[in-house]
Amino acid sequence: MASLRDIKSRITSTKKTKQITKAMEMVSAAKLNRAQNKAQSFLPYTEKIREVVSSIASGGGEGTSHPMLEARDEIKKTAYLVITSDRGLAGAYNSGLLRQTLKLIEERHSSQDEYGLIVMGRMGRDFFKKRGMPIYQEIVGLPDQPEYADIKNIASTTVNMFTDGIFDEIYVHYNHFVSAISQQVTETKLLPLTGFKEDKEGDSTPTLDYLYEPNPAVILERMLPHYAESLIYGSLLDAKASEFGARMTAMRSATDNASDMIDELTLKYNRARQAAITQEINEIVGGAAALE
Amino acid sequence: MKTMQANVVTPDGSVFDGQVEMVSVKTTEGELGILPNHLPLVAPLAIGAVRIKADSNVQLIAVSGGFMEVRRDEVNILAESAELPSDIDVARARAAKERAERRLAQAKKDNLDFKRAEMALKRAINRLEISNMGGK
Repeated sequence: MASLRDIKSRITSTKKTKQITKAMEMVSAAKLNRAQNKAQSFLPYTEKIREVVSSIASGGGEGTSHPMLEARDEIKKTAYLVITSDRGLAGAYNSGLLRQTLKLIEERHSSQDEYGLIVMGRMGRDFFKKRGMPIYQEIVGLPDQPEYADIKNIASTTVNMFTDGIFDEIYVHYNHFVSAISQQVTETKLLPLTGFKEDKEGDSTPTLDYLYEPNPAVILERMLPHYAESLIYGSLLDAKASEFGARMTAMRSATDNASDMIDELTLKYNRARQAAITQEINEIVGGAAALE
Repeated sequence: MKTMQANVVTPDGSVFDGQVEMVSVKTTEGELGILPNHLPLVAPLAIGAVRIKADSNVQLIAVSGGFMEVRRDEVNILAESAELPSDIDVARARAAKERAERRLAQAKKDNLDFKRAEMALKRAINRLEISNMGGK
């Protein structure tokens, strides 16, 4: 049986760990709040662009098609934009996502010439680098509350890679924020932006008849890259919110575990203490009996 | 006087939201003023100032790139970045201007870097101008 002092020191160290995980939980909760607000305030922007783009794209007629709206006949190379975090201690946040991405890639592609990776976050970059997979672009050290300007560069280069024909399809892999305790690994198709034309048929809400200044083609030309970039930003905000949610949950369960462990150790400590006292009494009684 | 709803939205959130009498913007094709009851319209914006007139006050907003969507009683401006004069970081804009000028001197014409630096310079100048006008 462990000595009294050993148990005592284990209790103290567990208590300290608990303090840390508790603090991290609270920090993550605060950051989660901010990230959620940020994601909220971003929504109107994409929704508006989406509305306008779909009213142009579904309008039909001259100049309403654009290479970014058309699926390519032959898919030679697919890009995966994977959004991970820079730091660990977030439960299965990164590992779940990376495992799934790896599995999908292995299922779909037989050689490295068929795909490329664009990675956000240190965890993902290290993971793919270690496996020697082709990383076309990477960005690490993004702030907790990223601004649009932070990812503007990588987003526009990604979109350009599609327009330049380096990639024929781009998918985004990230953890979608369902609730503070639940995140879901999600794959969404970023480019080409199919779905606008299909939208029209099922949609009965009348789209406004806009005047286009100077003409629809020019507007699509300018608006689509914007839209794609803003989708990337939106996914990043979503992923960030999930990250803090995952970290908060992970830290909460760590705190709970520490509490359980402290209870158990305290019980052990008290038993050991009692045993020591009993033994001492026994010795005294024994000693006294021997004297009589 | 008749008013309409005006919103200026960026990916980082809303910058302006309120009832206004007139919105005047610089599109890629030229200046354009929008009054209430305008026909629905979509136009891309150039780097420049958006003037919003409400209660006979004029509010300036520095906008770089984006779109304007007009409906009968609503104007939406979707910009990559939009700042009120009081929010402009003058020191940063100045630094950006100098950096862009240096790059322009170095880079060759019709090269991508040149175009990028040109855009950066335009944005910086726009910010400085608007912050000057707004400060008066």
